[in-house]
Amino acid sequence: MPGKTRNHISQNEALLFEMSSPGKKGYQLPDLDVPAVDPVAALGAANTRDEITDFPEVSEVEVIRHFTRLSTWNYGIDLGLFPLGSCTMKYNPRVNETVARTEGLAWAHPYQPESLSQGALKVVVELENALAEITGMDAVTLQPAAGAHGELTGVQLIRALLESRGNPRKKIIIPDSAHGTNPATAALAGYAVENIKSNGKGLVDVEALAKIVNEDTAALMVTNPNTIGVFEEDIVKVTSLMHSKGALVYMDGANMNALVGITRPGDFGIDVMHLNLHKTFSTPHGGGGPGAGAVAVKAHLEPFLPIPRVVRAGDLLKLDFNRPQSIGRVRAFLGNYGVLIRALAYIMAHGGPGLRNATLDALLNANYIRKALEPHYDMPYTSPSMHECVFSDDRQAAKGVKTTDIAKRLIDYGFHPYTVAFPLIVHGALMIEPTETESKPELDAFIEAMIAIAGEIDKDPQFVLKAPHHTRTPRVDETTAARKPILRWKPPTAVNKAAD
Amino acid sequence: MLATLGLDSIERLYAHLPQEVLLNRPLNIAPGKSEYEIIDWFRARGEENAVGYACFLGAGAYYHYRPVMCDVVVSRGEFLTSYTPYQAEMAQGTLTTIFEFQTMICQLTGMDVANASMYDGSSAIPEGAMMAMRVTGRHKVLVARTVHPEYREVLATYSKYQGVPVEEVAYDAASGKLDLDDLAAKLDTQTAAIIIQSPNFFGCLEDTAKIAALAHAKGALLVFSFTEAVSLGLLEPPRDADIVVGELQSFAHPPSYGGPYAGIIATKEKFMRQLPGRLVGETKDANGNRAFCLTLSTREQHIRREKATSNICTNQALIALMATVYLSVYGKEGLRELALQNLSKAHYLADGLPLRFSGAFFNEFVVKADSPEAVNDALLKEKIVGGLPLGKYYPELSGCLLLCATEMSKREHMDKVKGAIA
Repeated sequence: MPGKTRNHISQNEALLFEMSSPGKKGYQLPDLDVPAVDPVAALGAANTRDEITDFPEVSEVEVIRHFTRLSTWNYGIDLGLFPLGSCTMKYNPRVNETVARTEGLAWAHPYQPESLSQGALKVVVELENALAEITGMDAVTLQPAAGAHGELTGVQLIRALLESRGNPRKKIIIPDSAHGTNPATAALAGYAVENIKSNGKGLVDVEALAKIVNEDTAALMVTNPNTIGVFEEDIVKVTSLMHSKGALVYMDGANMNALVGITRPGDFGIDVMHLNLHKTFSTPHGGGGPGAGAVAVKAHLEPFLPIPRVVRAGDLLKLDFNRPQSIGRVRAFLGNYGVLIRALAYIMAHGGPGLRNATLDALLNANYIRKALEPHYDMPYTSPSMHECVFSDDRQAAKGVKTTDIAKRLIDYGFHPYTVAFPLIVHGALMIEPTETESKPELDAFIEAMIAIAGEIDKDPQFVLKAPHHTRTPRVDETTAARKPILRWKPPTAVNKAAD
Repeated sequence: MLATLGLDSIERLYAHLPQEVLLNRPLNIAPGKSEYEIIDWFRARGEENAVGYACFLGAGAYYHYRPVMCDVVVSRGEFLTSYTPYQAEMAQGTLTTIFEFQTMICQLTGMDVANASMYDGSSAIPEGAMMAMRVTGRHKVLVARTVHPEYREVLATYSKYQGVPVEEVAYDAASGKLDLDDLAAKLDTQTAAIIIQSPNFFGCLEDTAKIAALAHAKGALLVFSFTEAVSLGLLEPPRDADIVVGELQSFAHPPSYGGPYAGIIATKEKFMRQLPGRLVGETKDANGNRAFCLTLSTREQHIRREKATSNICTNQALIALMATVYLSVYGKEGLRELALQNLSKAHYLADGLPLRFSGAFFNEFVVKADSPEAVNDALLKEKIVGGLPLGKYYPELSGCLLLCATEMSKREHMDKVKGAIA
């Protein structure tokens, strides 16, 4: 067994539906303290359902074992380094989970009177203020539920501002290194997408940009540091250029973990940006959410922010709905509130100096990995790395082994893979972001694994092509899954049963 | 580590940044606090809210008991601290639970396929509308005025920037249900979908089958939504709908001042490839054993970019897992019994009160009150948060309160509410 791993028993587990048995139950409701109502009499026979066919019936012990066994088939930050580039998989402090369950906050109803919501609203104000300070922006909305939702909100804000100036314009320029959500968002907000090719350094090409920006350009969507982990060295020129043409600059804040406490987007000309609170601010990814996509803006976009806004009226905080220029709501209520609590707890635990230290450690860890792996993997763009480094599989591909295969072999060494085959400007990309969370021993183990895999590819590429070798589940046939989609469990048919 | 990099100070790591962009002062954020201080600060904020009150608010956020098991499972680091399961070989746990979730949503809604989750019920509405436009190739949407007002506001924001005309369909002033005549008048051959909610914002059940028939006769789709997921335990599922969207907060998540919740979107098999968001499918691994993976990703933004069905990426996986645990704990019998308790409590609360509408209701209903605010003020003195005054959302209902009772509503508190209104 390689790296930090050794075999242990992994249990099989059926689906809930397969272990179900009539009459089993895992709940106990209190006795009803009011008369029972006959549903057919109250709702009508046509509105009342029969039993839910094939719905699970299992005991409490079966429930806990089921989900515990399934959990052991997973990998999380709690188990080790999770170097997904641009995903910022940092430690999720457990105090965040505790405070999110504070009774008066977790059980607060969004429509309870404002006089009885002052604590809840204070959390919103504190977080908005902290994020404005960190980004150098003037105002923040916490309503968007995730990064892509924040992007959409941000682009809608741009459109609303331009419309108020008389012309919403037609297109948004997006570098070819951008996350897929950027073009998808621009399209969703009714804009045409114009891609711009990165220059030889993998950065925004200012001269090429100058040629395509015109009166039809609403905005540039830029990620900084960009997706190869490099700070856009011409960012001030870029933002000035856009502004000189009456266009705005949106910043995808997915990589904000590289900047906190060092530099502020508001200070280099960004008009509007989102933050992924589930990246930079440590709220757990939870297997794919919930996140939160706070959007920070400069003052000229503030009148357009989603309603309601939390405002101070004397000694009390209240919700202000009277904002005639607002784009409206992007989500019901105030957003993913429980995620906001967690992010604020992270900021409080670090404080200003601690946030900056976290950034420095994130830069140090990424550069330490880069230095150690550069002799073994090709690096097409060699500008200084910030919080992540991007290699290509060119050298390994010559032996027939691609970034996906290296990733699968890395699993055998006890690590989650890096981000595979992204950004698109790097052929066969390996995008590695360790975050500040990792200690030197964990980084060294990862480096050792990556070097060992490079050696394996030299000696026996076929072996790596069949990885992973030590997981309970070897390679999964994704092609068949897409060709013949089975998206839900169904009971075996009588014929199939007989065949069993 | 610095020495390995040949650096004499950690600040050298960003020495290449343009000088003019550097922040030359400390962030104006107080120094770090201890775990105890942080917990204490949030406890104090909680106590500034309504702690120890009985509450009869619903309207899209419901008080339901949360079985202990839900937090136990989602607190496991293997679920909590994992990423979106792109690497199937080390994410079979998450993938299996999502497959179970998709199955349960189908069983509850009567649909064939469901995705891995949406942000919440409100943002699922425009996603449902856009999906209907892709399916029909039409470019106009009708929405019932009985759909949650904030959901309709979210739809308005999305549609405004896509130039999609959205028209509202009136409700019948007596029954509190969608006005079928108004719907028939507004449906035309350009209508992509009619969006309804049932139980609707007033708590009343809509005539889903009749609405579906009217829509289908004009080639439009029915997008059915719900805010109170517990109702699915008892109510006939919307089998006539083409797309079902909804909010799952009732399944294990506390109201939490509005989020994080989890939305769903489900549909018929023939529309599967127009679904937004993530889907988990069954397949086999190299040993021939059953395994699961994310699938049909050519619909999604990371592959299709500006041609994707949606820009959604991170969704609400952990909340969906919580709902899956919740549904496993209650199971087939429990969900029905739970729904029956909600029905019984709400009808006890409503009994003898001046109901505004005649439509059948599940666990929410509208009552008339000369001054809803005075009723609520009186109740607050008894440590009860009353109902939602409707005048803000429906000026014609300014003398009305929306009340909700769940299995957590106690008879003694309900008697006080009845006393304050009657």
